[in-house]
Amino acid sequence: MAERVYPRLVAARLRGQASYRASFALLCVVSALSQLVELAVILIVFTRVSALGGFSVDEVILMYALAGVAFGIADMVAGQLDELPTYIRTGTFDVLLLRPLSTLAQVMTSDLHLRKVGRTVASAAALVYALAHNDIAWSPLTAPLVVVAPLSGAVIFSAVWVISCAVCFWLVDGQELANSVTYGSGAFTSYPATVYGPWLRRFFAFVVPGAFVAYYPALALLGRPDPLGGHALLGWASPLVAAVTAVVAGLVWRFAVRHYRGTGS
Amino acid sequence: MIEVRDLRREFTLTTKTGRFRREKRAVLAVDAVSFDVAAGEAVGYVGPNGAGKSTTIKVLTGVLAPTSGHVRVSGVDPSRSRRELARRIGVVFGQRSQLWWDLPLRDSFDLLRAIYRVPAPDHARRLRECADLLDLGPFLDTPVRQLSLGQRMRGEITAALLHAPELLVLDEPTIGLDLESKERLREFLADLNTRRGTTLLLTTHDLDDIERLCPRLVVIDRGTVLADGPLEALRAEVAPERVLVVDLEEPVPALAGLPGVTSARSELNGLRHHLVFRRAETTAAALIAAVAARAAVHDISVGEPEIDDVVRRLYARR
Repeated sequence: MAERVYPRLVAARLRGQASYRASFALLCVVSALSQLVELAVILIVFTRVSALGGFSVDEVILMYALAGVAFGIADMVAGQLDELPTYIRTGTFDVLLLRPLSTLAQVMTSDLHLRKVGRTVASAAALVYALAHNDIAWSPLTAPLVVVAPLSGAVIFSAVWVISCAVCFWLVDGQELANSVTYGSGAFTSYPATVYGPWLRRFFAFVVPGAFVAYYPALALLGRPDPLGGHALLGWASPLVAAVTAVVAGLVWRFAVRHYRGTGS
Repeated sequence: MIEVRDLRREFTLTTKTGRFRREKRAVLAVDAVSFDVAAGEAVGYVGPNGAGKSTTIKVLTGVLAPTSGHVRVSGVDPSRSRRELARRIGVVFGQRSQLWWDLPLRDSFDLLRAIYRVPAPDHARRLRECADLLDLGPFLDTPVRQLSLGQRMRGEITAALLHAPELLVLDEPTIGLDLESKERLREFLADLNTRRGTTLLLTTHDLDDIERLCPRLVVIDRGTVLADGPLEALRAEVAPERVLVVDLEEPVPALAGLPGVTSARSELNGLRHHLVFRRAETTAAALIAAVAARAAVHDISVGEPEIDDVVRRLYARR
């Protein structure tokens, strides 16, 4: 009897929200707009310059869109982790420990803000635009990459989210720090890695593997070599990087929960 | 069912001692606690605030890991097999909800059924049983946030029982409830224990809960067990005095100089007298005879010391 518990938990949350229909539609639009504001920023920058870090406006939009879809999905899957400090403070986390389920999955499914769909949809629209306006090196390899890259990116973002929120088990006020990493890496990935200084670039490319969300996959889609001299295969490495970060995130979470149960609140 | 040996649990407190300096200090919340609970027992775990009750409960239910010591609950090590344990026991925290705030009670139960993988017919039968006994019917379809505290607690207890746990752990289950709701809960829990054989472990500040539900009491203070035994034995041990209350036909100013009486007071203008006597020195029968020799007796009752008295004396004895 394999009952799918987590979809039921999410469905129950959605039913709980269903009573606020009008605000839901509004928030959906707001979420989409907030994503489009970032696009506007890119377009405004390009009224002054013709290239950013060596990339044209359409190429930057491609990266922005890949990152946006990935971030939008991750925000829906892992965004609930932002509530972790509240759960710890109010003792709700103890209740999660009393159930025969994984704590991480319970926190992730403890709520789902469907309005966040707005961001994903807006980004997906931008992706369609970018694919049409760039000279994509279409092949049996690049075509699946259009789907695989944002999904891998979503896993990478989610893993980063888990790792940075796990800080809250040590610092209950660690949310600001966590947000600077999650939302910070979200902003980083929307631009070509070439616009950043070398240290920030290295940090967000390899410590927080943000460059694998949009930058490298976009290079592969465009059939361009990396101006920074990275290997051409890096463009295809996103799923692997995603798998590794997911495993690391799982281990960090386990370690963090063990610490919590060892010290208590 | 529960096996605790030399349980110790430390917390590290960090206090600021200067602008940048912090001092870490280990605080012992539970120190060398040992006790056993057999299947089918109902045990009250009592003690003042900060005695270590909640910490013990959290260790027993797998929320916290012990600093050291041996703990087995329902045959498993709670800190290692948290999920396995969760399937076997039910837990009710009076101060924390297991239910989904904005869903009808019934939907919360449905989710728990999926979480604990209870077969649908078993779930329906157990829910019907609880709904009958706890009278949940009128508010099964009400969102949890709209329930009164008493209604919510009945929901919480049902939620903890739907997977038919062999052990039910309750942390302050009657806190904040009115008298009627308390009584109803106690009746249900007593029935659960005696008829279904579910083992009960409960912490409480309300000693009526103990009197009504728990033949055995474990008293804890400052992290260690002060006493463990049947309520009756504890009473005899720490409160060897009893009270004889006599109502007289005619008022008498005072009944002084009765053998074995340690203190006496009168009320109702001398119509009723409270005589405190030591069990070891005289018997109620001898005392009644002595009183009857002095005045015409209308009615008599012999009172046991109140349970809070017993616990207070245990604390004082340390």
